[in-house]
Amino acid sequence: MKTLHFQSVFVGGCATAAGPMEAQGPLKDKIDKLFDDIYCEEKTYEQAERRLMSEACDHALRAQGLKTSDLDLILGGDLLNQLGTSHYFARDLDIPFIGLYGACSNSTLIAANAAMWLDSGHAERVLGLTSSHNATAERQFRYPNEYGVQKPETTTYTVTGAGAMIFQKEKTPIRLTQATLGRILDWQFTNPNDMGSAMAPAAFDTICRHFENTGTGFDDYDLIVTGDLSKIGRSMLIDLFKQKGMDPHDKLIDCGLLIYDREHQEVFAGGSGCACSAVVTIAYLFDLLRTKALHKIMVVATGALLSTVIVQQKESIPCIAHAVVYEGTVGE
Amino acid sequence: MSTQGYKETSKRIAPKKGSLSKALWAFVSGGVMGIIGQGLLTMYQQLLGLDAKAAAGPMVITVVFVTALLTGLGIYDKLAQKCGAGLFIPISGFANSLTSCAMEGRSEGPIYGIGSTMFKLAGSVLTYGIAAAYTLGLLRWVVSLL
Repeated sequence: MKTLHFQSVFVGGCATAAGPMEAQGPLKDKIDKLFDDIYCEEKTYEQAERRLMSEACDHALRAQGLKTSDLDLILGGDLLNQLGTSHYFARDLDIPFIGLYGACSNSTLIAANAAMWLDSGHAERVLGLTSSHNATAERQFRYPNEYGVQKPETTTYTVTGAGAMIFQKEKTPIRLTQATLGRILDWQFTNPNDMGSAMAPAAFDTICRHFENTGTGFDDYDLIVTGDLSKIGRSMLIDLFKQKGMDPHDKLIDCGLLIYDREHQEVFAGGSGCACSAVVTIAYLFDLLRTKALHKIMVVATGALLSTVIVQQKESIPCIAHAVVYEGTVGE
Repeated sequence: MSTQGYKETSKRIAPKKGSLSKALWAFVSGGVMGIIGQGLLTMYQQLLGLDAKAAAGPMVITVVFVTALLTGLGIYDKLAQKCGAGLFIPISGFANSLTSCAMEGRSEGPIYGIGSTMFKLAGSVLTYGIAAAYTLGLLRWVVSLL
């Protein structure tokens, strides 16, 4: 499939919310709403995740002085079965809704889809929402939160947080210019405690196809940011590029390594989850685009599309990565 | 690139499994658990005037209770990350699996939550533990007939 090009898709109001671990991380001052309690003032973990999504949505709308009725469509996704967080949150909004599941690749999957809706002229303003919560993800994909199992160094720590982005046709300092949708790759990785290695080939494939389709390379971007490969997955991705005779230098970074301070926080290989790429993109990368510190970036959110039941039936982990290019419009 | 190529690259990148320090932590913490257990056993023998067999009951109950308490306080999983098999193999590992599952089920209420999820992880241990006990018991009885 070709890379999609968009003429007038802009990023409007954006906001993030996050939990206690992120509140101790390097991006703490850039996140709009922080909770110092894993329950986020709610009764259950599931409600806590919904609260994070609600806070992000609220801050994003307020940032632009909008009401929910100003939106044409909401695209949402999270990690829970039946997209529990997105669906239960969006029931109160009274706006047409599409749920998307790309596991941790949600942030770019949603952005690419929002761009298509705007570009086709069927919508003027689309809200994208995504979230993840460490405790809800642990209980669904791994073990109970308080279970004393020794986690290996390759495992990642699911980010507790949410991101909301408004996409619109009206010009803003950030433009979404291109998107390359990923294809599902499965290279027979079976270790659910090492998602980084499983997802790295998917990111490699999408980035290579994007380069080929657009005739670009590492030199054409200020940064290429993967979603949640974390330390091991990023090392593997760099290795794959070097085998192909390409050197990413220091242009290839990963959201999972930006959201936490691995030296001082016990997050193993780094952060993961839908909120990982969403929070880093909104809170950190968009800020750099607005202040002209960066001009053109590619965000490649990566997702491990495993089913907990099917993996127990000894099947491997299919993975995907979607790439979206954001450019600063300042000076245009 | 082929599947094999990806796997080889992944192997080259992967951190080494099972470091010496992890083994040492497990060895030492497992030993400490043993000392605590023995200490409790001796204490109950002297305090309550029980023989070794009878004192094992209160000893096990104490370890299970303390584990459940530490799990509830959110301390146990941090200790277990450090100690590994040192805490996982003794009865503390079993007690933690029950408590952590029960805590996890709390949000779905006493029936669909706590009651049914409590044995989610320990269920396998119980099923095969009981099955093995019956099989071996039967074998022993057959052998005793010979």
